[in-house]
Amino acid sequence: MAEVLVYVDHVDGAVRKPTLELLTLARRIGEPVAVHLGPGADTAAATLAEHGAVKVLTADAPEFADYLVAPKVDALQAAYEAVSPAAVLLPSSTEGKEIGARLAVRIGSGIITDAVDLEAGDEGPVATQSVFAASYTTKSRITKGTPVITVKPNSAAPEAAPAAGTVEQLAVTVADASKGTKVVSRTPRESTGRPDLTEAAIVVSGGRGVNGAENFPVIEALADSLGAAVGASRAAVDAGWYPHTNQVGQTGKSVSPQLYIAAGISGAIQHRAGMQTSKTIVAINKDAEAPIFDLVDYGVVGDLFEVVPALTDEVKTRKG
Amino acid sequence: MSLRIVVCVKYVPDATGDRHFAEDLTVDRDDVDGLLSELDEYAVEQALQIKEAADGDAEITVLTVGPEDANDALRKALSMGADKGVHVEDDDLHGTDALGTSLVLAKAVEKTGYDLVVCGMASTDGTMGVLPALLAERLGVPQVTQLSEVSVDGGPDGTVKGRRDGDTATEHLEASLPAVVSVTDQSGEARYPSFKGIMAAKKKPVESLELDDLDIEADEVGLAGAWTKVEEAAERPARTAGTIVKDEGEGGKQLAEFLAGQKFI
Ligand SMILES: Cc1cc2nc3c(=O)[nH]c(=O)nc-3n(C[C@H](O)[C@H](O)[C@H](O)COP(=O)(O)OP(=O)(O)OC[C@H]3O[C@@H](n4cnc5c(N)ncnc54)[C@H](O)[C@@H]3O)c2cc1C
Ligand SMILES: Nc1ncnc2c1ncn2[C@@H]1O[C@H](COP(=O)(O)O)[C@@H](O)[C@H]1O
Repeated sequence: MAEVLVYVDHVDGAVRKPTLELLTLARRIGEPVAVHLGPGADTAAATLAEHGAVKVLTADAPEFADYLVAPKVDALQAAYEAVSPAAVLLPSSTEGKEIGARLAVRIGSGIITDAVDLEAGDEGPVATQSVFAASYTTKSRITKGTPVITVKPNSAAPEAAPAAGTVEQLAVTVADASKGTKVVSRTPRESTGRPDLTEAAIVVSGGRGVNGAENFPVIEALADSLGAAVGASRAAVDAGWYPHTNQVGQTGKSVSPQLYIAAGISGAIQHRAGMQTSKTIVAINKDAEAPIFDLVDYGVVGDLFEVVPALTDEVKTRKG
Repeated sequence: MSLRIVVCVKYVPDATGDRHFAEDLTVDRDDVDGLLSELDEYAVEQALQIKEAADGDAEITVLTVGPEDANDALRKALSMGADKGVHVEDDDLHGTDALGTSLVLAKAVEKTGYDLVVCGMASTDGTMGVLPALLAERLGVPQVTQLSEVSVDGGPDGTVKGRRDGDTATEHLEASLPAVVSVTDQSGEARYPSFKGIMAAKKKPVESLELDDLDIEADEVGLAGAWTKVEEAAERPARTAGTIVKDEGEGGKQLAEFLAGQKFI
């Protein structure tokens, strides 16, 4: 069976969930070969094998951390040349898309970004995308070269499918031309202890209606009672009430959880672009005319400062 | 020598209007109002600030690849304060995908001459956010992308510095010119064109280029030359109307009831 390269997103060998989803999708079109760059391949290998990686190609070099993006493209290209895969899959993160794009130019292939589903087709993999703020669903394929496809988080449920996961060292030479952009410093973001926004099964978001940074704990308390991630509208972020890393929408994170709860958010098109594909949508807004109510499965017209704390208490009681 | 900045700007269908696909499954650009992509206004703004920081010793060219109406996007950028425009327009460009567009932009940027290319973080219609990386790859220059802060030191032979707020870390980046950068909507509000700016823009030069001028063959771009193909586009069914209740003191409880029914609690 044809091999499919899967670019591994990880933190020091801790594989992030979207990569496991990629492995699941990759198995629909071939045999997944994981490409693990940087430290921790031995730790990662077990998880990757568990989810279907027949092989784990790995390379570690200081250049991956010292320079932006391009050295990783050199490495992925080396993997591509070693394997001659039927397709290359990457996570739809900022970096995943950039690496994929540059690889596509180098190998003369087309690229599809932000796929939300993937299936085998007669003429190669067919990718489903959600476009125009999720008002259209398209199916596309790549017509030239080896398909390079980036896939959004939460596009598939990771399935266990034990495979060999043999670790092999990949020989990589980082070109001088790839050392153009120096990473002068890197400050890791502090963990909040809450689930990652793009990976979470439940997201609770607050908007301008939250009316101040000092009130965001109301949103956080509900999130914590449900084990959810916390999101925010751009209005709340621009006002400085919540960090930009938590922004949901066109210029923030795009989320597709099982449950999305919007409190004090009107539902502007740019916000919808980032959450419209959520399975179940709930909103709390004091304006019955707010456009967010067009999307909801369940909506409460009311003051979020009444409804949200009451809901939090109720959740806690029911969970015991 | 003064710093040569090229800003790539895209003319896009208005996101607040009804966006559609045309029969050939390309983005319908005829039946909807278009405008300069809002996210590219941030790119124009940062170019203007870099020029101001260089005491005006820079020339800003705004470049677009798009249909006749894309000229509106150039005029808007010129009215904000850019110096001149370049419009690549050719019937054979209809249906060009990201790889094709990057080829055209790369050739046009080279023909124009540049020390720094500034892009937006993503177009508001395609929302791929890959063009800047594609451009850097094609031009063979450093890619300094998704910046929430950017500055240039030392003119055309100098360096560009920026801050990239990634998913897991904040990075400070640095590269020698020439380079390609992209800036996010966190980089600072874009200015509004002044009346004087709008008047001045009318007299600013806009050069028109066709594929021939860029030594690009028709079959390298357009629908026929595209590396990708949209096979189906279906309007997403409207979500079925949900239950909406008014909070009369029981809203929280009712909501909890609903969530429990859906097995979320
Ligand atoms: C290029 C571009 C990109 C953008 N990207 C994004 C993006 O990524 N994400 C994003 O979110 N936005 C984005 N926006 C902004 C978007 O257009 C809206 O301005 C923004 O989403 C509004 O946020 P909001 O709903 O919190 O605020 P508002 O629209 O002001 O809505 C606040 C809501 O809170 C309700 N409310 C107030 N008080 C209470 C209360 N006590 N209880 C209950 N309800 C209350 C009000 O009725 C109102 O409906 C973008 C805009 C542009 C132009
Ligand atoms: N047709 C175009 N003409 C000029 N610039 C473009 C065009 N398409 C994309 N760009 C630039 O590339 C950036 C990213 O676009 P995209 O990769 O399409 O999301 C935009 O913000 C623009 O700066």
